Amino acid sequence: MVDLSAPFDVLVVGGGNAGLCAAITARRAGARVLVLESAIKDFRGGNSRHTRDIRYMHRAATDFVTGAYTAQEFWEDLRQVTGGETNEHLARLTIQNSEELGDWMPANGVRWQKPLRGTLHLAKSNLFMLGGGKAMMNAYYETASKLGVETAYESEVSELKIRDGEFVSALAFCNGASCEVNAKAIVVAAGGFEANIPWLKEYWGDAADNFIIRGTKHNQGRMLKELLRHGGKPVGDPRGCHAVALDARAPKFDGGIVTRLDSVPFGIVVNKNVKRFYDEGEDFWPKRYAIWGKLIAQQPDQIAYSIVDAKALPHFMPSVFPPVEARSIAELASSLDLDPQALTAAVDELNRAAQPGTFDPGSLDSCRTEGLHPPKSHWARPIDTPPYYGYPLRPGITFTYLGVTVDEQARVIMQDGRPAKNIFAAGEVMAGNILGKGYLAGFGLTIGSVFGRIAGRGAASRAAA
Amino acid sequence: MTICNACRYCEGYCAVFPAMEMRRTFTKGDLVYLANLCFDCRDCYYACQYSPPHEFAINVPKLMAELRADSYSEFSWPIILSGLFKRNSLAVALITGASLVIIFVLVLGFIGRDVLFATHLGEGTFYRVIPYAAMTIPPLVIALYGLVVFVIGAVRFWRASGGVLSDVIDFQAFWRATQDAFGLSYMRGGGAGCNYPDASFSQSRRWFHHLVFYGFLLDFASTSMAAVYDHFLGWQAPYPLLSWPVVLGTIGGIGLLIGTSGLLFLKWKSDRDPAEERMLNMDVAFLVLLFLTSLTGLVLLALRDTAAMGTLLVIHLAVVAGLFITLPYGKFAHVVYRYAALVRYAIEQRRTESS
Repeated sequence: MVDLSAPFDVLVVGGGNAGLCAAITARRAGARVLVLESAIKDFRGGNSRHTRDIRYMHRAATDFVTGAYTAQEFWEDLRQVTGGETNEHLARLTIQNSEELGDWMPANGVRWQKPLRGTLHLAKSNLFMLGGGKAMMNAYYETASKLGVETAYESEVSELKIRDGEFVSALAFCNGASCEVNAKAIVVAAGGFEANIPWLKEYWGDAADNFIIRGTKHNQGRMLKELLRHGGKPVGDPRGCHAVALDARAPKFDGGIVTRLDSVPFGIVVNKNVKRFYDEGEDFWPKRYAIWGKLIAQQPDQIAYSIVDAKALPHFMPSVFPPVEARSIAELASSLDLDPQALTAAVDELNRAAQPGTFDPGSLDSCRTEGLHPPKSHWARPIDTPPYYGYPLRPGITFTYLGVTVDEQARVIMQDGRPAKNIFAAGEVMAGNILGKGYLAGFGLTIGSVFGRIAGRGAASRAAA
Repeated sequence: MTICNACRYCEGYCAVFPAMEMRRTFTKGDLVYLANLCFDCRDCYYACQYSPPHEFAINVPKLMAELRADSYSEFSWPIILSGLFKRNSLAVALITGASLVIIFVLVLGFIGRDVLFATHLGEGTFYRVIPYAAMTIPPLVIALYGLVVFVIGAVRFWRASGGVLSDVIDFQAFWRATQDAFGLSYMRGGGAGCNYPDASFSQSRRWFHHLVFYGFLLDFASTSMAAVYDHFLGWQAPYPLLSWPVVLGTIGGIGLLIGTSGLLFLKWKSDRDPAEERMLNMDVAFLVLLFLTSLTGLVLLALRDTAAMGTLLVIHLAVVAGLFITLPYGKFAHVVYRYAALVRYAIEQRRTESS
């Protein structure tokens, strides 16, 4: 058992990627470090346990990436997805510092593997962790423990004592008992608030009841709220969340990657009233999948159905739940509790509107519709080959954008514009500084790792001062 | 398995995952094939975001071990003896014990106690305790019987996993599989080693297995050499300390002693959550028997010039008899099925690469 009454140099709240990067760095700098993780040991690591790859800047191909990914390319990609909603100074700092991660992570126990099958679009820019995010977290925890970082699980911080912009202590529930932890500096790396349904309801109303949370149930945003309550300056759209289309049968929390569904571009999507509501073939799925969560959230009862036929099946990754299968569209509709006549009509409408073209899932092909509303711009082949398949879809929330403003030393900026002396933030709780909108695969880990290390270094030197 | 197929994070650990991803649905034969590709390194278990207590409760190593244990008994012949896989250590202990009693009784009955407890020196002394015919014919019969059982098993496995006969004439695949088997490639776990005995990565299991594997091969070479000396060159055992059979046998025996005790120690310490009872039971039985075989062999070598030789010879031969009689009905079966699975994998991977 960790003795929590002793004063620590650095308290890290949250045992995910950013928190462990901070803890390891601070410990290597000589600080006495405590990590408080709210989950049980098996579920440690927050959303990082569901990750699989990290984007980093590099100048040449290695055994694990197929080519160079320059700072300029990285920046262009980021500017494009955020539409400029980014702090360019911090963004460029993140990109520059990401280069070291290619060596730093293996030096701390992380192992790489070749890009997974079906992820070719990331083979140049992203490194894949062998075994994925949980294996990465296991490696970090082992390294941290060898270095002498102390860790307490099932320990949730409820309140921060902050005086004049200076952190004093944290009140926490540790194994059922409340305790007060003193430290000379704090690193808040406790994620966003996507698992806090009442908070989501402030922006989404009762629709939020039907949201599926892709990651940990522990991201309640309590630390974010504490920092804002104490005058931390907010950043990012409070309504903003990364929402994708998920299989509606997914568990409420921690379903991770296997519940996502890539079938949308290869068929049609209707709501519970059997109305199509968006162009399923607008663009490549990796570029579009993050808008479908929001689209479905706006439908009645926040549910939609992806309908495909036998031809479509080989073109997308299997999901964890088998599709509902039927010999006819009407039969499929009944199985999905949809109006059979209406679904048959919707499919007939698509089949009539689909223009002849050359189907090619690898390009924005010429299979489009004519006279259909909304149109289907690509991959619009008639749905006519039984058996037919249907997947129910719901919005799945990956993360939230609201965070606290930080400076280039990862210090939290207060309302008066001045940085807090000994309060640092890393990971999702400050990612909104850099990623105000949109998403780049593997970039969440980049921000968490880079700012985790900066925060760890800063907190250790603050504690030593 | 559909969860693994939708996730794929473990692709780099071993051959099971790439093989799995070539399929969307799994026949029973597919599963048997995958199970025999699995080396039980457990890397995927500790890396898995869906392992218990997650509600998906994914436990690939345990599932694979169950399927493997099932496949051993299902493919074995005759089917009436497949029960030997169920409580393997008990069966192995009983059979070895029975061999010991039978050999002792036979020696006492036909040869007499004077010979058994006397000191013998010079060539051919072993045959004074156990006659030439008794020492050669039963082992040959047992070995041939084991071979037949394994050939039947291999054919059954090949058929079940969807292979056809023409596949077998693929020397490239055999070569690839042999390299993987002799190098224990997949026990490297993508360079990380096994999560064995616990969640930390370690190469110890691979090294101990190497000692057992090559120790076994050296002992096999030693025995073959001795057979050649005896039957073709007319030199009768015991052989001098610096002869090939004794040198190879001693090195192999020491390798086996270290390897088997290392593996037994790792098993004893290992996490039971990803383990399967029947498989563990089989592992222990086989390892103990191998350990005893080399131990009794080495003790016999050390004390062969004393009055204890007769007794030690009987004990050693009884253990060896137990080992070989139970060979087709225990953990040794993994040699056959895993190798066949590796061949199948080599064929499959080449076909995907060329298509």
